[in-house]
Amino acid sequence: MVDPRTKVIDERLKEIGRIVAVSSGKGGVGKSLVASTLALALAKRGYKVGLFDLDFTSPSTHIILNVKEAKPEEDKGIVPPRIHGLEYMSIIYYSGEEAAPLRGMDVSNVLIELFSITRWGKLDFLVLDMPPGISDATLDLIRLVKRIEFLLVTTSSQLAFETLRKLAGLLDSLQVPLIGVVENMKMTESEAVRRQVERLNIKFLEEIPFDSRLEEAIGSVDKLSGTVFAGKVQNVASKIQLR
Amino acid sequence: MHEWALAEAVIAATSEIAEKEGLKKITEVKIRVGELQQIERDILETALAQLKTDKFKNTTFKMKNVKAEFKCRVCEHRWVFDKEKVDRDTAEAIHFIPEIAHTYIRCPKCGSPDFEIVEGRGVWLESVKGVK
Repeated sequence: MVDPRTKVIDERLKEIGRIVAVSSGKGGVGKSLVASTLALALAKRGYKVGLFDLDFTSPSTHIILNVKEAKPEEDKGIVPPRIHGLEYMSIIYYSGEEAAPLRGMDVSNVLIELFSITRWGKLDFLVLDMPPGISDATLDLIRLVKRIEFLLVTTSSQLAFETLRKLAGLLDSLQVPLIGVVENMKMTESEAVRRQVERLNIKFLEEIPFDSRLEEAIGSVDKLSGTVFAGKVQNVASKIQLR
Repeated sequence: MHEWALAEAVIAATSEIAEKEGLKKITEVKIRVGELQQIERDILETALAQLKTDKFKNTTFKMKNVKAEFKCRVCEHRWVFDKEKVDRDTAEAIHFIPEIAHTYIRCPKCGSPDFEIVEGRGVWLESVKGVK
């Protein structure tokens, strides 16, 4: 028995310039905010951008972008709706406000299903908001999306950084490209994370100070774009070129 | 109409198998269609007919429906999916992503959403026959 879906994923992604997975070793480091704001920042630079929330059990980018009534269009597959200039895909179109209690194999199946039926069309960038850690979604992406590249987010905490170090080591051993590391929610002048990232020969992309105004900007793209956080993420976007 | 997307996947997977096995012509493709995904077989058949390349000129696509069976991981109760017991929006959501069943369906015995889809999830390629 063969699962035919995996055989069509390359075809679905062939018109996408770069596929950037925003990931981390631990949860709670601001990955979804970085992914959403990065997608918006790339779009602002004139690129055609998709955003795909792959955190199926705890999706949150729809809250950041205030996605309410939108639905994908059915056309020989599904075509994501355009939200704030982004082609936006999330499990919430189907699960709504309800919980999606999924085990690992179910997560894999949802990921494969959505990658095989979603028609993104021509995009410069597809930004993926990943679930934290090294589990099913990360392993499936490495297996199925050959052109995947990772952008890792950490806080200044050694707890977050140590999990990032493991993830970065795994990606390196599998020869999966790593764009660089963003240090988020920085509250001191410490250069410890930057030094450790550079010691690993990984590009340190940006440090983002803790932004107390960020929480009130969630759900409003206008407010979000005016935050210090968004300004720093725009710097990250300027360092990611279309090849 | 995302049956088209799944038909493309069937054609791609079959072509890859034919290539690997050195088949010049494909004579028969057996497909298992799980009832949970509520595939419109007419649309799937039409899509397969329109998407097939020269290698598929005389191919018979044999489809077999497979009942969707669930097994509760908490109380081990087994039951089958009944489309009539879910509303239209839920049925449509499960059509696109069968695992969404975990959001809307509970074990009828103990109420848990922690169940296994034992069989009948979606489209599987069972076998490919051809001429070398």
